[in-house]
Amino acid sequence: MLEAIQPVSIEVTVNGHNYRRDIEPRLLLVEFIREELGLTGTHIGCDTSYCGACTILLDGKPIKSCTALAVQADGCEVTTVEGLEGEQQLHPLQAAFSEHHGLQCGYCTPGMLISAYSLLQENPSPSREEICKGIAGNLCRCTGYQNIIKAVDAAAKGGN
Amino acid sequence: MYPAPFRFHRPSTLQEAIGLLSRLGDDAKVIAGGQSLIPMLKLRMGDMTDMIDIGRLPDLSYIDLRGDTVHIGALATHAEVAAADIAGRIALLRDCGGGIADRQVRNRGTIGGGISVADPSGDWPTGLRVLNAEVVCTGPNGTRQLSLDDFIVDAYTTVLGAGELLTEVRFKLPPAGSGGAYVAFKRAAPAYPTASAAVQLVMDGERCADIRLALGSAGATSVTSAEAENLLRGQPLTAENLGAAADIIVAAAKPPADARGSEAFKRAMLRTLVVESAQRALARSRGEQIKGEHRYA
Repeated sequence: MLEAIQPVSIEVTVNGHNYRRDIEPRLLLVEFIREELGLTGTHIGCDTSYCGACTILLDGKPIKSCTALAVQADGCEVTTVEGLEGEQQLHPLQAAFSEHHGLQCGYCTPGMLISAYSLLQENPSPSREEICKGIAGNLCRCTGYQNIIKAVDAAAKGGN
Repeated sequence: MYPAPFRFHRPSTLQEAIGLLSRLGDDAKVIAGGQSLIPMLKLRMGDMTDMIDIGRLPDLSYIDLRGDTVHIGALATHAEVAAADIAGRIALLRDCGGGIADRQVRNRGTIGGGISVADPSGDWPTGLRVLNAEVVCTGPNGTRQLSLDDFIVDAYTTVLGAGELLTEVRFKLPPAGSGGAYVAFKRAAPAYPTASAAVQLVMDGERCADIRLALGSAGATSVTSAEAENLLRGQPLTAENLGAAADIIVAAAKPPADARGSEAFKRAMLRTLVVESAQRALARSRGEQIKGEHRYA
């Protein structure tokens, strides 16, 4: 059996704020974000790398934070759903999700928003098919996806 | 779900990583992108006391064409391979790297990991087989190069020795008149394939000068068939010829019945996919631009 595990010191920039913490190496990135930093916008859905509810940006790229260790984010920049919102101002994607009923229970929404955000960064005018592919790693059990696709399309076209 | 506790090591050079791995032996596991390892650790599969993070080792993410050989460093991510210039010339790389799981996983997972895990449903082991890929392994006694066929010997089993790491994949640039395709069928984007097929061919006019076929999720390791390939060499790739070759290679497959489908369903799917891959490869050999698409709901 293992003797006491030495904690590892990590430094991560999350939504522009710098955090330094001593953590267990086995701590998952999503747990670090939620439990250590108290940013509970990022959800734990399936916890098996399937559903994408925990999607965040790591150095600008979407990843599943349930399938990354916090120690792997050492020295990196993380953006969570909390980082999308401006000063009391919804991000255009968030406004479009609201306007087009792109959510029902809301559980998948933070991950959907992050995936959609990074899709539009890479491809500002995606076709319907490209939107579908772009959010293929995010499952939603409520909406049937139609309104999510509408919302992303609307946000891309700049009309909420 | 947390992994069981482990000590964490982040070597700064390949030599240091090999030294650690040699010293710690089977108690250590190597993590690169972690897209296979982390889910396994969360299920508490496999005993491990030490994790060696090779994800930040320098100079292992290259994707280069040198002379007539493509060299891909083990740490190149699936997304990086799919977006590389060379994937514009070898469509199968884009099919494979751009089709694995979903964007999130493709941004983390590496080609070296996708091969070393040797998952029977993995995409790279099947896709790269038809490019006659070789892997370079680096260990305490230096490097060795071996074919992918010799590297993966059973489900989740490679011939990597103590202290050894897969560091590079390489293969020859396909000749003029080539076309290739990899198509997987899966239940959803993030799922492992239910069945998959890879084809790389060279046409000489209307006749097939050379062809390689491989099936994934078709047994412990990817399935090839010299008999099926020989049937097609020198022949036009008609629906009839492709169907006959598909029957032969599918007969050599041993897809297990599981939650993804019955054996009969998987055989039917493998047959469909190998014919579809061959037709897509053929069209690409004629210069048609066809986007690679994995099939899922």
